[in-house]
Amino acid sequence: MKHAKEPFQFVAASYLICIGHDRPTTLRDLSQSIARASEASIFCHTFHSLSMHHYSSYSSDFAQWAMAACNEQQLAERLGGIDIRQFVAIRDLRSALVHTIDSYLHAQPRSSDRPAFEPFFFSETREIALPLEMRASNLTELSEGIRRLSLHSLHFHFVNSRLRLHLRTNDFSHWIEKELDFPELAARIDRVDFYTNTLQGVRDGILESIRPWINR
Amino acid sequence: MSSQAPAQTSVPPLSDYAGIVGRPEIDELWTLAKSLENRTVKMVNSTAVGGGVAEILNRAVPLFQEVGLPTTWDVITGGETFFSVTKAFHNALHGMAYDDRPEWFDLFLATNEENRRRMKFDENFVVIHDPQPLPLVSARAGKTNHWLWRCHIDLSQPNERVWEFLRPFVEKFDASMFSSAAFTHSLPIPQYLIAPTIDPLADKNRELEPQFIRSVVDKFGIDASRPIISQISRFDRLKDPLGVIQAYKMVKKYQDCQLVLAGGGASDDPEGSVVYAEVQEAAKGDSDIFLLNLPPWSHLEINALQRASTIVVQKSLREGFGLTVTEALWKRKPVVASAVGGIFRQVFHKLTGMLVHSAEGCAYQIRYLLSNPALAQRLGDAGHDHVKENFLITHTIKNYLLLFWLLERNRQ
Repeated sequence: MKHAKEPFQFVAASYLICIGHDRPTTLRDLSQSIARASEASIFCHTFHSLSMHHYSSYSSDFAQWAMAACNEQQLAERLGGIDIRQFVAIRDLRSALVHTIDSYLHAQPRSSDRPAFEPFFFSETREIALPLEMRASNLTELSEGIRRLSLHSLHFHFVNSRLRLHLRTNDFSHWIEKELDFPELAARIDRVDFYTNTLQGVRDGILESIRPWINR
Repeated sequence: MSSQAPAQTSVPPLSDYAGIVGRPEIDELWTLAKSLENRTVKMVNSTAVGGGVAEILNRAVPLFQEVGLPTTWDVITGGETFFSVTKAFHNALHGMAYDDRPEWFDLFLATNEENRRRMKFDENFVVIHDPQPLPLVSARAGKTNHWLWRCHIDLSQPNERVWEFLRPFVEKFDASMFSSAAFTHSLPIPQYLIAPTIDPLADKNRELEPQFIRSVVDKFGIDASRPIISQISRFDRLKDPLGVIQAYKMVKKYQDCQLVLAGGGASDDPEGSVVYAEVQEAAKGDSDIFLLNLPPWSHLEINALQRASTIVVQKSLREGFGLTVTEALWKRKPVVASAVGGIFRQVFHKLTGMLVHSAEGCAYQIRYLLSNPALAQRLGDAGHDHVKENFLITHTIKNYLLLFWLLERNRQ
């Protein structure tokens, strides 16, 4: 079994939502608000909402609002289709969101100023990440640690990692490739789909991917 | 007059919750608590019994103690007139009619001042719950501790006169907590979104033996073989018990069922007996309506009534959060609830329950669910999972710890 020089440090991640003052009531205002919103706010309504969306149609709060409050199904689908896995910086994600809304409104100008049923409440995520007394030096220990993570902490390591690493990957794959030199396993873990799985399903998928590699 | 310290209840250790929320959640909660070890906390509210706030504090205070944060809970006191005033404020902040009497403001301030003089606020974190004790924040002058305001009520459409009177007090806090984004205002302090929660191991929510549930139903003369529609709430106009009776009467034209309206009073709600009399009048002559004015220690009976219910209704006109909805969802009950306040965060229409906007809508959804028991069960199951992920007491402990941690870090 391969052992890493640098162990993997597990983190307990938790989040609080802080409600902001910006409350657009039309799609035009929403686009302008996204353009000037803080990075913590864009994160809150895209990356963070992804971990909370089991009972809504879209994981993006912007898409959900376009559908539920503005009754703009097509725009909702387009916003919901923006894959956050493609972004390693919030500024690029912000541009994609604004571009999607503005292009839609250019084609559907009457939708720009139609009042929504309720305002969009811009919020920010406050992330608190504390190191756990849990480290992994090999794949057995990594699997055990992943099993013992809360779902929010799993989300921190697997989804939010892209913004932290500025790489299109997750903490587990990054460590496996760098420390254990298993690029194939790293790629396989990164393909676990967090859009179509619950976080528990994501956990199971990662563990399933690691299992055949443990004794290599 | 003196501040009251509510009796401490016996609460299971945190480890007992691992079987429900999972060991990782509990382990991470301990990690967070360790970073705040020995910080002291004071909770202040206006009633020791009755209502959701007292219930949360009853369970949360011992858990804070267990994780290493010595916590005290004080209740402000005042005469009947004071609580009539705070009830009028409560209704006004929910957007209901308000009879403007300037002398009420003076009485409100004077009673709070008396409480302030008798209480100490030396803890690291002071959490004031709801508007009644808001002026106590004046005690922070010259202190370096952290003050938080926890608003449990629906402030989305407040009476401006009352809100503008209270707002300067709110602005003196370091941070505030609301149950829904729609309740927040343009305030100069941070406003955090934190939902209230229930304790799954409390008498009100724990699993019960079927024989016990049956014995409670029998005790009240309810027929367990026929559908039971229930609303468990204080007898309060904002809970619209008369609207529930109206909906029940519409259902009754099509489906056989019984209605249980069960609840008690809170010591800070002098209006309860008046509303109860109105409800008695509306229910007169129908032997299938059961009005149960229960004492505040009837947790097991409430639990049994919820579990015996076919459908649980919460037809509130305004609602801060609606913990009775949370309780019903936890028990996998199909819920028909008004689309108001914090209920939006719990009931997703046709996914975790049914949202309604009128007595007619309420009646229709009850009829629909009575006719479609498989769908009713699916809603109840999804509701249970939603509560498990978001609205259990361990989330309250974690969210407070997170906020304490943030406040300390931001001051460094």
